[in-house]
Amino acid sequence: MNSLHYLYAAYIATWAIHGMYLWILARKAGQLKKEMGKLKKAVSTQHSTLS
Amino acid sequence: MKRGFSILAIVTALLLSFGLYAALVIAPTERTMGDVQRIFYYHVPSAWTAFLLFIINFVASLLYLIRKNIKADILAQVSAEVGVVFCTVVLVTGPIWARPVWGIWWTWDLRLTLTLLLWLIYVSYLVLRRFSTSGQTPVLAAVLAVFGAIDVPLVYFSIWFFRTQHPSPVIGGGGSLDPGMGRVLLINWAAFLCLAWLVCWTRYRLEVFKREVDEAHALQLLPEVSR
Repeated sequence: MNSLHYLYAAYIATWAIHGMYLWILARKAGQLKKEMGKLKKAVSTQHSTLS
Repeated sequence: MKRGFSILAIVTALLLSFGLYAALVIAPTERTMGDVQRIFYYHVPSAWTAFLLFIINFVASLLYLIRKNIKADILAQVSAEVGVVFCTVVLVTGPIWARPVWGIWWTWDLRLTLTLLLWLIYVSYLVLRRFSTSGQTPVLAAVLAVFGAIDVPLVYFSIWFFRTQHPSPVIGGGGSLDPGMGRVLLINWAAFLCLAWLVCWTRYRLEVFKREVDEAHALQLLPEVSR
C-alpha cells in the first residue's frame, strides 16, 4: 500500500469518528425533542380532564 | 448566546478547512517518512485536546465532590465523552501511521499501552454513568474520574522519562521540529480546540435538556402515584 493511502485513511478515519459522534448527538436531540413534545401533550390532556 | 455559538461554528469550520489545507499542502514533506508523516497534524492535536478534556473532567469532578455542583457534574460528563472521541482518533490514527513507518500496527510499548488504558478508564466512566441506576452514580463517577486522571500525566511524560518506541516529544522534550511544521501543528491544534469547545457546548445543552425531560417525566408520574 502506498504511504499516501495511509495518510488518506487516517484523515478519513478522523472525520468518520467525529461525524459519527455528531450524528449520534443529532439523533439523541431528535429523540429528546419528540419525548418532550409527547410529555407536553400528555400534561395538557391531564389538565383538561382535571378541569 | 446563539450568536456566540454561530460565530464559534464559523471560526471552527474556517480553521479546520485551513488546517487541512496546511497539513496536506503547506507543511514541508518530512525527509525519511514522506507524506505519511502528515498524519502527525491530526494525531498530535487530537491527543493534546483529549488530555485537556480529561483534565477538565478531573477539575469538574473534584468541584462536584466538594460542592455538589450540578453544572460541574454535567461538565465532567461532557468533557469525558468528548475526550473519549478525541482519544479514539489518537488510537486509530497512531496504528495507521505506525504500519508504514514501523512495519507493525501495534506494539505493547509503554506510551501506547498507557494511552489504551486511558481510553478504557474513560469508557468505563461513561458506561458507569450510562447504566448505573444508583442515586450515587455522579459521586462514584467523580471518584473514578479523579483516580483515572492520574493516567493523563503518565501518558504524557512516559516518552520523557522512559525509552519507548514512540517518537520523542516534538516540543520541549529534546526533539526538533521544523518551524513550518510547528506552525501547521499549532493551527490544527487551534482548530481541534475550537471543535472540542463547539461539541462540548452542544453536548452540554443536550444534557441539560435531557435532565429537563427526565424531570418532566418524574413530574408527570407524580399525580398517578398520588391518585
